[in-house]
Amino acid sequence: MNKIKYVIIDSKDNCGTALDKIPQDAKVDLVNKTIKINNVIPLGHKFAIMNIKKGSYIIKYGEVIGVSTEDISEGDWIHTHNIRSSYLKVKNDG
Amino acid sequence: MMDEGFLGYFRSNGKVGIRNKIVVISSVVCANTVARRVAEKIDNAIAITHPHGCGQSGRNFSNTFNILAGLGSNPNVYGALVIGLGCENLFSIDLADKIRESKKPVESFNIQDVKGGTIGAIEKGIDICKGFDKEAKELKREFFNFSHITLGLECGGSDATSGLTANPTLGIVSDKLVNLGGTSILPEFAEWGGAVHLLSKRAINEEVAEKIKEPFKRFSGENRSPGNIAGGLSTPEEKSLGNIAKAGKSPIQGVIKYTEKPGEINGLWLMIEPGLDVVSMTALAAAGANIIVFTTGRGTPFGSPVAPVIKICGNPKTCEYMANNFDIDASKIITNNKTIEDISVLLWKKLKDVCNGEKTISETLGFEEDIGFWGG
Repeated sequence: MNKIKYVIIDSKDNCGTALDKIPQDAKVDLVNKTIKINNVIPLGHKFAIMNIKKGSYIIKYGEVIGVSTEDISEGDWIHTHNIRSSYLKVKNDG
Repeated sequence: MMDEGFLGYFRSNGKVGIRNKIVVISSVVCANTVARRVAEKIDNAIAITHPHGCGQSGRNFSNTFNILAGLGSNPNVYGALVIGLGCENLFSIDLADKIRESKKPVESFNIQDVKGGTIGAIEKGIDICKGFDKEAKELKREFFNFSHITLGLECGGSDATSGLTANPTLGIVSDKLVNLGGTSILPEFAEWGGAVHLLSKRAINEEVAEKIKEPFKRFSGENRSPGNIAGGLSTPEEKSLGNIAKAGKSPIQGVIKYTEKPGEINGLWLMIEPGLDVVSMTALAAAGANIIVFTTGRGTPFGSPVAPVIKICGNPKTCEYMANNFDIDASKIITNNKTIEDISVLLWKKLKDVCNGEKTISETLGFEEDIGFWGG
């Protein structure tokens, strides 16, 4: 099986980013644990590497990129459906 | 320790060059061909030509003047020859005087003042530059520490890989340079929109923080296209962080406007300019950057007339298609399980080698003549 390609940019991050499409149910080896991916993660999209409660910060680059709008489980796809900007009021439907 | 320094050329104003170039600058579009014909006959000479110099006024005029003066004053330049036509409103003698403030050899003349037409003007220019060339070749490289390096942080032709590979790689290298006492300049202010609150927190004082926030009182911070969102950028913060990752995590010493140079204190500086690749690179070189690192995803060929440009690409397909345009392949983060830290070691080594005189790919290919201006 091909190794799953992803990057966690900063040690403080609570999400990883797929460097290739990650299939649902794939196992991703992190430094200290293995997690199961709950959705298809397209290239460039993020997945949670730990459980994140509703209203918590999403951390990437070691900085806050947004806040969760619902409980997010380890392995869940993270995008506009479950996080929002914590800085600007923006339309998020593209 | 060799790791802590490089061999460069000392300039009379205290700056240090990593190249020893002769520049032939046209003060007006009408002198472009003469400037090029002179430069092509001289080793290490490059023509800096442009479509302006006449009929401009106000800010457009001063931008043209200050950018050309900045390029001529760059520490990588040994000497400058400014060639005018003679009836334009950007006087060659004024431009030469401005460049002379950097205490390097500078000469100027107008084509209309030379008996012999353009043939005579080209011969006169070659004679002057031969004199520069002889002096320049007598100058030897000496050892300096990295406080003499000003690094331009540029990205262009970005894609989904940029913020995940090449940009954070450059951030590590920029932080390393700043820790060794050097200076980095981050341009492209429009890209900071989603992270103004994070950048301003890194300002060394409240005054600098206000300067970071100021342009965004007029602009929206939302900077994502629908394609960006489809590509996985969930918030404006995320997009901006991908861009400013090039500048690492260093404190921000100050904010300069287009055509300005960083102040006396070394470290990370921000520059307000529009973020068009060639315009940004020209502005960085005019601000005194003696080296530029350019991160890309989709690929881009050009360099700069005075500052060597190191190209680093993170997209595997682009690294295959345009392999001979890149100095560093950051796509190995994606294809070979290399880490950002692994590639940052290669980039730092390349930066040191280029400071010591190794040519970048764009220098080897001779893709150095394009410059651009904000406004026009």
